[in-house]
Amino acid sequence: MKIEFVLNEKKQVIQVDPVSRLLDILREDFELTSVKEGCGEGECGACVVLMDGKAVNSCLIPAGNIEGRHILTLEGFCKTERYKIIEESFLKAGSVQCGFCTPGIVMSTESLLRENPQPNDNEIRDALSGNLCRCTGYNMIFEGIKLAAERGKGLW
Amino acid sequence: MVEGFRPADLREALEFRSQHPSIPIAGGTDLMVQKARGFALKPDFDKPLLFIGHLPDLQQIIVENRQVHIGAGVLLSDLIKSDKIPAVFKEAISLMASPPSRNIATIGGNICNASPAGDTLPYLYAVDAILVLKSSQAERKIPVGVFITNPGKTDLASDEILTEIIIPDKKFGVSYYRKVGTRKGMSLSKASFTGLADIENSNVTDIRIAFGSVAPTIVRSRKIEASIIRKPVSEIKTAVPEIVKKYAPLIRPIDDARSSAAYRKKVSLRLLEDFLRNLAS
Ligand SMILES: Cc1cc2nc3c(=O)[nH]c(=O)nc-3n(C[C@H](O)[C@H](O)[C@H](O)COP(=O)(O)OP(=O)(O)OC[C@H]3O[C@@H](n4cnc5c(N)ncnc54)[C@H](O)[C@@H]3O)c2cc1C
Ligand code: FES
Ligand code: FES
Repeated sequence: MKIEFVLNEKKQVIQVDPVSRLLDILREDFELTSVKEGCGEGECGACVVLMDGKAVNSCLIPAGNIEGRHILTLEGFCKTERYKIIEESFLKAGSVQCGFCTPGIVMSTESLLRENPQPNDNEIRDALSGNLCRCTGYNMIFEGIKLAAERGKGLW
Repeated sequence: MVEGFRPADLREALEFRSQHPSIPIAGGTDLMVQKARGFALKPDFDKPLLFIGHLPDLQQIIVENRQVHIGAGVLLSDLIKSDKIPAVFKEAISLMASPPSRNIATIGGNICNASPAGDTLPYLYAVDAILVLKSSQAERKIPVGVFITNPGKTDLASDEILTEIIIPDKKFGVSYYRKVGTRKGMSLSKASFTGLADIENSNVTDIRIAFGSVAPTIVRSRKIEASIIRKPVSEIKTAVPEIVKKYAPLIRPIDDARSSAAYRKKVSLRLLEDFLRNLAS
């Protein structure tokens, strides 16, 4: 099937099997390896990217569902000022250890802040409930997100 | 073989469905996992996929004649945000999966997947939701409890698509929802309980009780509900043990990886008790 979509702000036309997973298209065809496969079943959030500005699990999305959509991965997002704020805040709060979960967590954070620039603790927890992290124990991640919301006031 | 078809509109989708054996796919959150083959592999389907998640016809929420018409393709995340959806139903939906999955998963997919743990189902059973099924030739309306026949099985014909879910535009005086899972959100429920009631002049004038995850399909008993209606709330408290006893044989959970049958039954009946006691207080 011929699929047209926008990837990190660039229009792409690909010929794919419509059941191919967005996750594999991003990793294999476009070499966007920030997108990780943790579980392949929607449970871990390591594969989270933005679709039309909202966090989605790329392991659950068949190619047939990305026609006309805007997909943003960390590779595209990292050029923005908002990313810089999240990066600094995560470093400051110690939100990153092994880093496997981090790209998905950064994208879930961006999705949250776009919708709700000043989230409270519960809203942060809920927004991140689909991202597993085996290293940090989450609190440092939540702190990092709070810090980003504070430092980046007005950017979202 | 055709691998998949992305219709431009509902008419084209129904046309394709009438001419080819096919699997409708909306968000794909159930199908992509059920048919997954493992790391870095695309899933395997034995029939061509019919992509319907993008169809605008399936995406609306309309309030009309005291009914809410929900398009089958409405995302779980959009239901939570809508002011047309009753709060207790939104509460159940906001405990499903996780935000990134709710941004892809649809209500129609949850219904057609027909899991006994499907978390939109207890509310839909409780309010007697009507489903609209369309084919290129015809349209029929059937109650959700008739549509779902067995775990994972529905009455969907091979040329049909679920297009709409109709619920009453009504707020119950008392509404109660509890989901018991391993962790908040995400986890499929081990058990869930939905209770709705209206109380007028200290009498119960309407009551709906639905249990999820504890039998092959959602448990609801009109007979037991009828035995409670018109009771003064003051009598409910003393009637609790008797009502619980009536429901007990209907709660027939299974042991599985998520929980034991005994735990599921116990917790379900406790939630019923809690709901009934709250009515009285
Ligand atoms: C990590 C994870 C967590 C989850 N947690 C929960 C949870 O807490 N509670 C819960 O209830 N579910 C949960 N689910 C299951 C799933 O997300 C929901 O059932 C979801 O609503 C399915 O919608 P979909 O659009 O993705 O369905 P799809 O996968 O696209 O389709 C599901 C089924 O419905 C059929 N179908 C879809 N739309 C139509 C239509 N309009 N007409 C006819 N047939 C149709 C498909 O052919 C398929 O058989 C979870 C799934 C994952 C991966
Ligand atoms: S790989 Fe997609 S959620 Fe784990
Ligand atoms: S930092 Fe290692 S999984 Fe999160």
